[in-house]
Amino acid sequence: MMFEYAPAPESRAIVDIRSSYGLFIDGKFVDGENLDKTVNPATEEVLAEVTWAGTQDVDRAVRAARKAYDKVWGPMPGRDRAKYLYRIARLVQERSRELAVLESLDNGKPIRESRDVDLPLVAAHFFYYAGWADKLPYAGFGADPQPLGVAAQVIPWNFPLLMLAWKVAPALAAGNTVVLKPAETTPLTALLFAEICQQADLPAGVVNIVTGAGDTGRALVEHPGVDKVAFTGSTGVGKAIARSVAGTRKKVTLELGGKAANIVYDDAPIDQAVEGIVNGIFFNQGHVCCAGSRLLVQENVAEQVLDALKRRMALLRVGDPLDKNTDVGAINSAAQLARIRELSDAGAAEGAQRWSPPCELPERGFWFAPTIFTGVTQAHRVAREEIFGPVLSVLTFRTPAEAVEKANNTPYGLSAGIWTDKGSRILWTADRLRAGVVWANTFNKFDPTSPFGGYKESGYGREGGRHGLEGYLNV
Amino acid sequence: MTATTTSARSDLSELGRSETALRTFLHGLPGVDQVGAEQRAAQLGTRSIKTTAKAEAIDLAIRMVDLTTLEGADTPGKVRALAAKALRPDPADPTCPHVGAVCVYPAMVPHVAEVLRGSAVHLASVATAFPSGQAPLDVKLADTRAAVAAGADEIDMVINRGAFLAGRYTEVYDEIVATKEACGDAHLKVILETGELATYDNVRRASWLGMLAGGDFIKTSTGKVPVAATLPVTLVMLEAVRDFRAATGRQVGVKPAGGIKNTKDAIKYLVLVNETVGADWLSPDWFRFGASSLLNDLLMQRTKLTTGIYSGPDYFTLD
Repeated sequence: MMFEYAPAPESRAIVDIRSSYGLFIDGKFVDGENLDKTVNPATEEVLAEVTWAGTQDVDRAVRAARKAYDKVWGPMPGRDRAKYLYRIARLVQERSRELAVLESLDNGKPIRESRDVDLPLVAAHFFYYAGWADKLPYAGFGADPQPLGVAAQVIPWNFPLLMLAWKVAPALAAGNTVVLKPAETTPLTALLFAEICQQADLPAGVVNIVTGAGDTGRALVEHPGVDKVAFTGSTGVGKAIARSVAGTRKKVTLELGGKAANIVYDDAPIDQAVEGIVNGIFFNQGHVCCAGSRLLVQENVAEQVLDALKRRMALLRVGDPLDKNTDVGAINSAAQLARIRELSDAGAAEGAQRWSPPCELPERGFWFAPTIFTGVTQAHRVAREEIFGPVLSVLTFRTPAEAVEKANNTPYGLSAGIWTDKGSRILWTADRLRAGVVWANTFNKFDPTSPFGGYKESGYGREGGRHGLEGYLNV
Repeated sequence: MTATTTSARSDLSELGRSETALRTFLHGLPGVDQVGAEQRAAQLGTRSIKTTAKAEAIDLAIRMVDLTTLEGADTPGKVRALAAKALRPDPADPTCPHVGAVCVYPAMVPHVAEVLRGSAVHLASVATAFPSGQAPLDVKLADTRAAVAAGADEIDMVINRGAFLAGRYTEVYDEIVATKEACGDAHLKVILETGELATYDNVRRASWLGMLAGGDFIKTSTGKVPVAATLPVTLVMLEAVRDFRAATGRQVGVKPAGGIKNTKDAIKYLVLVNETVGADWLSPDWFRFGASSLLNDLLMQRTKLTTGIYSGPDYFTLD
């Protein structure tokens, strides 16, 4: 018998989306002039109009943040800052269903993921850093570490609210005020977060949110009133930011691209490794900087692993992000879809074998079927460039040394995965991998207590854990 | 597991003859990562099965129930009533399907057989000194033969967990082979008692052992120890039957038993089957629930879906 799951859509009635949004500056929403639309990538339906902040708007936001830093947030005792952060964390939990639905609408990610992964982690980050706010002397950065001042934070569209939490929570805990720019395709949860700041009675100007695209981000990063720049996004933009702040007093953390190797040894727990491979690359449509986009599988089990992987991929449910049974949602934007297509076509043209499970994609919206390339060599573009989509390149290796060599042979170094039942092999391999995060027998596991960040062109600085405070303290 | 079916088939039939060969094979199976297996089972547990899909799942689950009573207090009258319920679980609704089987102790088999005669409902009996299995082999085999002679067409045996945990795999294997022989035409379900095996690696090995020795079904539990069926254990067993069929061409059924009390749980198991082994196992011939109280919850949910009214437990017979 075939067991077909009936549609199980999450209701979108829980969230009120306004027809247009202003900028959140100094505790209030202020109307701007330049409006642009944000769409639901699963349907191309317009969700709302959002203001694109200009240079003057950014200047106002930075001045509001400076004033709040000087007068309120900077002098405030840590235990009082903690109160606000705990309050925000609880409000995020209370409103998590609303936030999850909005995130899925604006981003295209499956509701199962925004509900079960993104939102719990967002709340966890605020809870975690709330705990640090009055304990900074014990963080290992001196007896009385001081905040930096105003932090300019520019975040990507793949985990809009989670990246906001990664940036805002440690900054506020350490005593900084922030001006945050969400990505132009996913501004809505940040704007709802602004409402939560109001609801929490967070003092005006401590959090400011300016929406817009690259120009807004540039104006913010280059603003002379900014003491700290934190950016998550592409390596290209990260390099431009590093150049633009060079020679200034601004402290910088960059969390950039990745091309992570997921290494499967022949003694791996195969069924769980296959789950890990799937989770590594198809989680969040592969829009994950630490995605396991290069599968390195030992050649004596390659056929077995690939058969199991294909069988598993055929079960992936691609479609309506708000359906509770969807595993893979929509690609976030037309531009990103074009990039994924270009690189995939290059993979096929360069001679790698392309495979996707039979899968019906919706007609409207931006969609890309889960795809694997086999017969990939290190020289292929699909093995070198970050695709940032549901596309896996499969390479084989013969010896552990070859696995390590291939894994490290990339300009990036954000994450890696190791699958083996042998503890000593995990340690041997992890010691040799040049990657900021190494997962063993799991993948894409996140926790606020664990530092996250890259080697090489994947960026510098760490977010999360005690280490995540360093980027926001004058140490 | 997909490699060269014919040579694999002949190789595997020889395994039970040598302790070394059997041990090497069982210990050479890929390991199970506990965290990963539990995470996968939990993730499948979040599937949302609604409306038409729920109605289909409930009817399928009813057809898969091994309606069970295994109490010292069982009486001929009680098991007859149970058998009658197995035939017509919801007397008020003739569209309600019958269950898969009735499962009782050997002494109760003749009473159930009278009621089930001529129906499509199977008659399962536990045997082999259930639930402990702590009896001499000839007693276990006599127990099995008596149940079959009395009319059981399915036998649920327990493996010798002591021998398995001590690593005496051929002893376990030989017992299963002998029991299978004693079953004659009756189907053999091999109870692994996974709650006593403790690790998923052991569950995978015991699953293969039960299949290699000729079991028609592998079953999680007796229901008589504290830990009975769980989703991750069933996931590991489903992976085993999937890989076993790929290697040998023979399909083996799976029966989680014990602790599956409501419709929500049953549907989670069906999702697990659907997304691990697929449509080939979504039939009472290949998947069963060993349960007693589950049936009434399935009936209540079924009535709720067909009538829109949730009637209380008093509207369904207790046994």
